[in-house]
Amino acid sequence: MKPINSVVCIKPVPDQRFWDKVSLDKKTKTLRRTGIPIALGPLDKNALEEALRIREASGGKVTAISMGPPGTEEILEWAIVLGADEAVLLTDRAFAGADTWATAYALAWGIKKLGGADVVFFGNESLDGSTGQVGPQVAEFLDMPHVTHVNKLDLVGEDALRARFHIEHGFIDVEVKRPVVIAVEKTINEPRCPTLWGTIWLRERKIIRWSADDVGADKAKIGLPGSPTQVSDVITIELKRKSEILSGEPSDVARLLVQKLQADSVLPKG
Amino acid sequence: MKEHKGILVFAEQRAGKLSSVGLELLGIGRKIADKQQEELAAVLIGHKVGPLADELGEYGADKVYLADNPLLDVYRSDAYTILMQEVIQQYKPNILIMGATCIGADLAPRVAAKVNTGLSAHCVGFDIDDQGRFVGQVPGFGGAVMASVICPNHYPQMATARPGFFEKLERQKGRKAEVVKVDVKFKEEDLKIKVVGTFVEELKSRPLEDADIVVAGGYGVGGKENWKLVEELAGVLGAGVGATRPPCDEGWADLERQMIGQSGKTVRPTLYIGVGISGAMHHLVGIKNSKVVVAINKDPNAPIFQAADYGIVGDLCQIIPRLIEAMRVSS
Ligand SMILES: Cc1cc2nc3c(=O)[nH]c(=O)nc-3n(C[C@H](O)[C@H](O)[C@H](O)COP(=O)(O)OP(=O)(O)OC[C@H]3O[C@@H](n4cnc5c(N)ncnc54)[C@H](O)[C@@H]3O)c2cc1C
Ligand SMILES: Nc1ncnc2c1ncn2[C@@H]1O[C@H](COP(=O)(O)O)[C@@H](O)[C@H]1O
Repeated sequence: MKPINSVVCIKPVPDQRFWDKVSLDKKTKTLRRTGIPIALGPLDKNALEEALRIREASGGKVTAISMGPPGTEEILEWAIVLGADEAVLLTDRAFAGADTWATAYALAWGIKKLGGADVVFFGNESLDGSTGQVGPQVAEFLDMPHVTHVNKLDLVGEDALRARFHIEHGFIDVEVKRPVVIAVEKTINEPRCPTLWGTIWLRERKIIRWSADDVGADKAKIGLPGSPTQVSDVITIELKRKSEILSGEPSDVARLLVQKLQADSVLPKG
Repeated sequence: MKEHKGILVFAEQRAGKLSSVGLELLGIGRKIADKQQEELAAVLIGHKVGPLADELGEYGADKVYLADNPLLDVYRSDAYTILMQEVIQQYKPNILIMGATCIGADLAPRVAAKVNTGLSAHCVGFDIDDQGRFVGQVPGFGGAVMASVICPNHYPQMATARPGFFEKLERQKGRKAEVVKVDVKFKEEDLKIKVVGTFVEELKSRPLEDADIVVAGGYGVGGKENWKLVEELAGVLGAGVGATRPPCDEGWADLERQMIGQSGKTVRPTLYIGVGISGAMHHLVGIKNSKVVVAINKDPNAPIFQAADYGIVGDLCQIIPRLIEAMRVSS
């Protein structure tokens, strides 16, 4: 079988255990994330796992790539510990403030600089933004077909993949020739745990850092200036209701609740 | 004169049936179109789907762009993208909205990149601002924050909309849409994606999104045995049974049909009763549109009490049977 080279796109996301520390700066309308550790998003782990499994089946290389501030190196180190052969960090002030279009553009140029790939893996959506848009957009910029919501993937023949595209209450099975972009769901696999070997690999493998110029990205198409969408306002959501606590013996509160609901006309009156 | 005009929505269909989200989009689109005095059109792609165009007219479309061809029988991103691009380039809509279903979320970003425009994801609200720009309300961080997103210099201004969040219009029997045929210029050999199989489950019961009353259980329900209490309460009320994520992970409830929240369903019942649910933002965003919210939890500090109209602090194993009794007596 021909070796298959995969690129896995991983996104630095704020560690969910610290989300209550994310606060809104009312003046600048931006989110304050300082002091919040970053983590490798859960679905990106599944994406990496799937790439590693393909390598085990067919040989080839797995490269992790991420666009983010210098601190993002930490999650790329994780990718290496888990088994990636190499890792690339696209980092440059010019990349900052990118929406999904501009993120996808930067990643696509990074992947081009790597010499392309047979399969480019994504998480179906990220933990924080959860747009799920970056994968299909990278596919467009690289002129590859894409399949998202994938919960089953098999190699077929010399140069194709069979993917199960999960849709509401069902699925569509497709066959697609490589190179291809695949975005995976949580149910596709069980990500492996780090091993002692991983920490040894980490010492041997370097994380490559590329700037916008290194990948030859058009400055007008990256970062905030390259983003077609803009955030015009950010608010925190208030879900507060009247919060009337009913107390007493269980049978009394039950009766009281029924009366209240009848008075509100959401239960029929007896 | 403005070059980009009109509102276009993607009318998703599967196996010859319109998905509900397409009709919801016509509801949103109609409001914007009337406000802007522009036309509302729908794109309908599939095979032997012509008759669905009438339905789209009755739900508010002025025009239907129809691509009907055996190659389009089952969704695939490459074929559908080519047709969306064609419609966009020929008719130059100002706004394009698609449902954030699995198919819509797969197609919309590809189309946006193809025609070089921005895309706001999973919107839960839309507006036109005082400068005439299309504004999408995009939830982030599990629904805890809401960003207003605009796309000021690119067309069409594109967004995906959260399914189940918007209301369809009343069906107007006999209201007609003009049908414009869109030619399919490619052949099977031109497509890189081949469909080799499909499976869609026939849904027997009414979907949770349509239930007037929802009883939802959380991890606090504790097990399969107690889950029956939740179902019993729902039975007495004629309610649909919903769940938070943990009961679905545990296998007490079904993820696809019952999970409510950010990554699940949005419900809009007149009455929602949540038992053994702590009140994570992820879950609460899915019940926001309920008229009255009741929470039962043994922890008086559970955040769900803040988001409830009425709260009962107590063990659900004691409260639910009393509640069932009280409801039986009163009805
Ligand atoms: C990206 C992402 C997306 C997510 N999307 C969703 C989503 O769409 N929907 C969703 O629901 N979750 C979602 N989650 C999970 C969410 O963050 C919470 O973990 C989940 O909603 C918590 O469920 P719970 O309230 O049932 O469980 P818990 O938080 O464990 O709360 C259980 C509650 O039960 C109470 N309790 C225990 N025993 C009893 C008893 N005997 N009687 C009465 N009360 C009792 C406890 O006091 C506690 O408050 C998502 C998470 C992530 C990371
Ligand atoms: N800055 C980034 N660097 C690398 N990969 C990314 C980045 N942003 C998004 N991705 C990839 O795109 C997927 C979907 O992200 P999103 O569109 O934010 O939901 C993620 O799971 C990642 O695989």
